[in-house]
Amino acid sequence: MSNPLVDMQKPEVIFCIGTNMTECHPVAATGLKKAIDRGAKLIVADPRRIGLADLSHLYLPLRVGSDTALLLGMAHVIAREGLIDEEFIENRTTGFDEFFEHISQWTPEWAETITGVPAKDIETAAMWYGGTNKGAIYYTLGITEHICGVENVQSLCNLALMTGNIGREGTGINPMRGQNNIQGAGDSGALPNNYPGFQAVTDPEYQAKFKAEYGRAVDLEKGITKVTALELCGDSIHAMLIDGENTLLSDPDREHCEHALRALEHLVVIDIFLTETAELADIVLPATAWGETDGVCTNTERRVQRMRAAVPPPGEAKPDWWIICQIAQRLGFKGFDFNAPKPIFNELCRVSPIYAGLDWERIDKSEYQWPVPHKEHPGTPRLHEESFVNGRGIFSNVHYRDPAETISEAFPVWLTTGRRLQSYHTRTQTGRAQGIDYLLSEESLEINPADIEKWELTDGEWCKMSSARGSINIKVKATNRSPRGTVFASFSFADVPVNLLTGSGYDPITHTAELKVCPVRLEPL
Amino acid sequence: MTHTFNSFGEIDGVEVAFSEGETILEVAQRHEKEIPTLCYDPRLEPFGGCRLCIVELEGARNPVASCTTKATPGMVVRTATDTIEAYRKTLLEMVVSENREVDVSPLRGYAAGELADLRDKYAINGTHITGAKSGTNKTDENPFILRDYELCISCYRCVRVCAEQEGDHAINVMNRGFHTQITTEFDGLLKDSACTFCGQCIQTCPTGALADKKALRAEDEVADAIPDKTRTICPYCGVGCSVDILTQNEKIVGIHPAMDGPANQGALCVKGQFAYDFVQHSDRLKTPLIRGDDGELHAATWEDALDKAAEGFRKVNAEHGRHSIYGIASGRAPSEAAYLMQKFIRVGFGSNYIDNCSRA
Repeated sequence: MSNPLVDMQKPEVIFCIGTNMTECHPVAATGLKKAIDRGAKLIVADPRRIGLADLSHLYLPLRVGSDTALLLGMAHVIAREGLIDEEFIENRTTGFDEFFEHISQWTPEWAETITGVPAKDIETAAMWYGGTNKGAIYYTLGITEHICGVENVQSLCNLALMTGNIGREGTGINPMRGQNNIQGAGDSGALPNNYPGFQAVTDPEYQAKFKAEYGRAVDLEKGITKVTALELCGDSIHAMLIDGENTLLSDPDREHCEHALRALEHLVVIDIFLTETAELADIVLPATAWGETDGVCTNTERRVQRMRAAVPPPGEAKPDWWIICQIAQRLGFKGFDFNAPKPIFNELCRVSPIYAGLDWERIDKSEYQWPVPHKEHPGTPRLHEESFVNGRGIFSNVHYRDPAETISEAFPVWLTTGRRLQSYHTRTQTGRAQGIDYLLSEESLEINPADIEKWELTDGEWCKMSSARGSINIKVKATNRSPRGTVFASFSFADVPVNLLTGSGYDPITHTAELKVCPVRLEPL
Repeated sequence: MTHTFNSFGEIDGVEVAFSEGETILEVAQRHEKEIPTLCYDPRLEPFGGCRLCIVELEGARNPVASCTTKATPGMVVRTATDTIEAYRKTLLEMVVSENREVDVSPLRGYAAGELADLRDKYAINGTHITGAKSGTNKTDENPFILRDYELCISCYRCVRVCAEQEGDHAINVMNRGFHTQITTEFDGLLKDSACTFCGQCIQTCPTGALADKKALRAEDEVADAIPDKTRTICPYCGVGCSVDILTQNEKIVGIHPAMDGPANQGALCVKGQFAYDFVQHSDRLKTPLIRGDDGELHAATWEDALDKAAEGFRKVNAEHGRHSIYGIASGRAPSEAAYLMQKFIRVGFGSNYIDNCSRA
């Protein structure tokens, strides 16, 4: 997030797109509700009539995968109506003239033909967001889990740059991160393109730095992403070390994924449960869980926080860091003689400019949001206040692209996937917490009542849902939250493996899967 | 909020500085005056219902509720005169007399002991006030929230936290006087209301009328002792809410939201509040496992498992080269794990064949 969570109470206009915040980030959503109580206007763009839409002043029910078109249409209106921030564009950005030229063709009327959202509503959204100097954008995986995830994010950046809605309280571009330490995992360098602290592996300066630090040369080019690695299992990838991820259920195209992991000669999984993924491993190593482990995590607003052990682990479970060190030591790798998490975190701080001002003791009270470049630095609750990291904000002349697969005679219904309030990811945790089943005990497919009739299904009964990759059986649930022609399910329940169907395509740059769009066919069972 | 303390007044004979908009209670608390409250939660709009926070304000005919009265320049306030303290004691006696019990388990909720603490402070032993009791319990099968309204004192903190803090408006007030009852729409079950089971009502309740049913399963073990608390961060989404883990006999018995948590300021959701006990589930892996010649996973010692894990990587590296090995770091484990995972791949194999689970 460019802005801190406390800023969520401050905008005058809130634009939420592809974020089911009341279910996936409920505590963050309370901030938005307070802003609304204080008079802020809420615009919600989502194919489904989610909980946030009920709170909105303007709801834009766009067709799945059409976000870029909607955002181009909005940019067109903002420019046409003269709602741009000329001073900001002049002082802080580059490429506006070409962008201005580019968007002149993408009218809201054109956007309506792609998105299904009335041009009038696209205009209103643009007028509201462009008409305030306190406009904030919030998004989640509904923006990124598309083959055009990068273009979607760039389109949001275009809106913020042309209106100057960034770098101040109550503004910003704010992606909500989904896991307690997914931000920290990236910060720590567990990425094929970056060393710790987002230092590019292709930059000679950082190559030299880490060669000195780690005592050996590392490839000068980027590594492959997990998605590519899974595709190469059995061909050129023959061993994997997976720490705490139920790849099999969370990733698209389960059959492909299972096939890939089975093709490995050597699979080591570190986890707290025997997940579907761990069941395929050659070696399973039991890790300590939350509540049993001392360590550091970083939240969606870049706040670096301590997690603390409160109880001893069961049996012989050991912290992840200890397990990795033990394997590394047995292989003779240097720099793994740690006996506690503190010196590991302090090493991370030492090699990462964004954490340079931090250490184990300093983060005791959760006060710091990175970047914290030196010990006297107070942290950075709000990014881009004075300047952008790379100098000027760049306008991107994006084009709309269709999803990897579009509906057809064979697969005439859009399936979009997501999460629900009561269950978390693949339910390895929430599925084992007492009482959660009372609130949500099984998965169901949310279908518009008119579509239930159209496809001759029955509310509460099972149906067969098929995509180009396979079929699953799932219970039908009638709801007006799903629009005509679009159905929704979560991927949380192992007995209804929705990700058996998904996996039609990936963003070519980020390799994020298009989990939000999958054409399917529905049949009664 | 940026405070510019540019107004002045007097509390208990001492000059105090404050900023416009502050209430007398806020100014007094900042100057470490102990003013009793029951209906007050600093996160909520002041309500002025319990009247315990009354103070004498020069120029006012009657004592004023300090939580709802704004501080004004030149004010002269007395927070604990004999008269004020006598009023408070009487008010408390009446409140105490209405409830079935006052000494409740600390497991009921974060603020559940507030009424008992005030009763002790004002040395109320029994009462001369007899008569009606308040509230009727509501049987609600849900596994999380106990609705023990015989302990309700109608402070409306639950109603207000649900509306103001959560924005859910799931619970409200029915009837009047002694028949006042906190309930949901159509007096139904919480599950059939707008309730999301975030647990905020049980954590703000000052008497334990709304209580943590799940934590109370450990009531016998915990007795009256206040369980140990460990400050940590919720294990679920990326918001990073601060929580206190309650432990007893090396077991997690409940969760309290951290009222000073920078990301959540006391708020939680159903997962952070109630879905903690996966940690203690019998499915937890307790020993390393090695796949045997029979194709099944078998319990093993750490030595054997780590040796085999290392040997496998050594062998694949030797046979297929360093670009045949890949690491996937967790978005759930601490940063030390992710850092060492990338270091393992980069130091060990000199490649950038490392990723985390953020692409799906």
